[in-house]
Amino acid sequence: MAQQASSSGARQRVGTIGETLVDVQDMQMFFPVSAGLVFQKKVADVKAVDGISFQVRRGETLGLVGESGCGKSTTGKSILQLNRPTAGKVLFEGTDLTKIKGGELRRFRRKMQMIFQDPYASLNPRMSVGSIISEPIAIHKLASGKERKDRVQNLLQTVGLNPYFANRFPHEFSGGQRQRIGIARALAVEPDFIVCDEPVSALDVSIQAQIINLLQDLQDQFNLTYLFIAHDLAVVRHISDRVAVMYLGHIMELTDRDSIFENPLHPYTKALMSAVPIPDPEIERKRERIILLGDVPSPLRPPSGCVFHTRCPIAIDECRSRRPDWRNVGTADKEHWVWCHRV
Amino acid sequence: MALLEVKDLRTYFYTQEGVVKAVDGTSYVVHEGETLGLVGESGCGKSVSALSILRLIPTPPGKVVSGEIIFQGRDILKLDEDELRKIRGNEIGMVFQEPMTSLNPVLTIGRQMTEALELHMNLHGKAARDRAAELLEMVGIPEARGRLDDYPHQFSGGMRQRVMIAMAMSCNPKLLLADEPTTALDVTIQAQILEVMNRLSREFGTAVIIITHNLGVVARYADRVNVMYAGKVIETASAEELYRNPKHPYSVGLLRSVPRLDETRKAKLVPIEGLPPDLAHLPPGCPFYPRCSWRVEKCLEEYPPFKLVADNHSAACWESERVHREDAVGAAS
Repeated sequence: MAQQASSSGARQRVGTIGETLVDVQDMQMFFPVSAGLVFQKKVADVKAVDGISFQVRRGETLGLVGESGCGKSTTGKSILQLNRPTAGKVLFEGTDLTKIKGGELRRFRRKMQMIFQDPYASLNPRMSVGSIISEPIAIHKLASGKERKDRVQNLLQTVGLNPYFANRFPHEFSGGQRQRIGIARALAVEPDFIVCDEPVSALDVSIQAQIINLLQDLQDQFNLTYLFIAHDLAVVRHISDRVAVMYLGHIMELTDRDSIFENPLHPYTKALMSAVPIPDPEIERKRERIILLGDVPSPLRPPSGCVFHTRCPIAIDECRSRRPDWRNVGTADKEHWVWCHRV
Repeated sequence: MALLEVKDLRTYFYTQEGVVKAVDGTSYVVHEGETLGLVGESGCGKSVSALSILRLIPTPPGKVVSGEIIFQGRDILKLDEDELRKIRGNEIGMVFQEPMTSLNPVLTIGRQMTEALELHMNLHGKAARDRAAELLEMVGIPEARGRLDDYPHQFSGGMRQRVMIAMAMSCNPKLLLADEPTTALDVTIQAQILEVMNRLSREFGTAVIIITHNLGVVARYADRVNVMYAGKVIETASAEELYRNPKHPYSVGLLRSVPRLDETRKAKLVPIEGLPPDLAHLPPGCPFYPRCSWRVEKCLEEYPPFKLVADNHSAACWESERVHREDAVGAAS
């Protein structure tokens, strides 16, 4: 048990968690809905992300959880400027990414990469594994010729694949192996920050653990910063340093991983935690569950005030009429942010 | 009393790559009113074994090659189409993973629900509609009567799955087959659906076979668990016993590789190394051999017998006396 974690339960981290790397300030991302056959006009907005603020610190893993349609993937893409946010700022190492474009933005793109959910859809079936991984190296002019080839082989080894696989094509690989190829591609440009968008949810449980361990090893090795988007709360608890819970375009609660699971303050977080069954019958049968009523409302017409009030067990009149403030109820060194009138 | 007894069932698919042995000699019993969990990873034969019970295997390429499925004393595999129709949807109900593809998009929910009631329960007209509305209310659909004339696309994913459960339960089945009923749904909706299913099956005294890859769902709802790997049931035990004292290396591996919500971070997850085997080219010995940390030479040569390792607990492993979950003590404290 010597290599097991200390009593605090934390994994031995080689890298250190430092200053703010990504600073998201009141970001909004609306998608217009248009109608009309000839003259299209905007009739409404899908408010996928409706004003969120948070920081990602260098070297940490920030988990972003929520149910489908809550805006967590949109958040990841908007930070990387794959969608240009409707409003708000995204500061990366102090530079507002929403204000720059073209070559200047491309220089920042080298530092930010993404790993996608579906390992089948995210690799071009007509490209060999070698060209998939070397393409970003070529685009950013990081290496060429023999050096580029060596780099691809090193990357394959880093993610636990045989270097000879460079000549093969994606269809020859299983889901877990493809996800490793996707990770190698993201690492190719030596990024600082990686958005992992549901990287293990398409994989079987035994393979999930392999990929999670790989992501943790790589973080230690290269001092990477992750925004880890997932709907599986147990995975998020395992891998994250801090966790943000999203619901219908808003962040409901954000704090360190143990607090959010052991001491959740927001009624939505509490319901979410109690809904996840724990693989242990003795514990599971004693647990109390909060079953939320109804479905998530449409982001086309989000409820007034607090968007959660339609399903909230403790909602009061104020929740229906006035938006909560995003406030820190913890201390300066142990922040606990929450978006709720009743906390 | 045994409600369903599956004996040495083999369902093969004849493909260009060879014979895929999706289910290769599984035997198990479901007792009246009990909930059996069928767990395993994709491609281990969980769904095929459930579809075989209702003889819903597409033929060709699939075929139930041998075995018996004794349901209430009769072998389902020997019934003709008419007799089979009296069992499907009537005595055995089924809930599938993807509710949108299993509902007919051009018929109203009311029509789809009354069809089964007319066919099996001899209810017609207003009586059938009343019963349909009552069933929808039982699964928690608000304003149930008004929604009978809605089409499937007017329901959300969770609501559709409730409709599926109402339909499956409409004829008071003895057995409900639920194939990954909540995999496509979010956790809060998953909790709603599973609670509804659990409550109704207890009320109606229905036995349930729940197929899932989610070990948490099994822990909460199943009385007994069958773990499947490469077309075979490799371990069966009560839920408590299986989680506390797994005796097959694959079960141990599954339990160790999933992170748990109630656990502070462990140093590392312990994954099962390697990949599941190709079902078209299974080795003669134990198919888990290449991934197993307890393997011995014998495992390579001969498939282990499915033998009793404790009361009501069997496993197919030559080395099951040595196999244990070393983190079990720590996890329980």
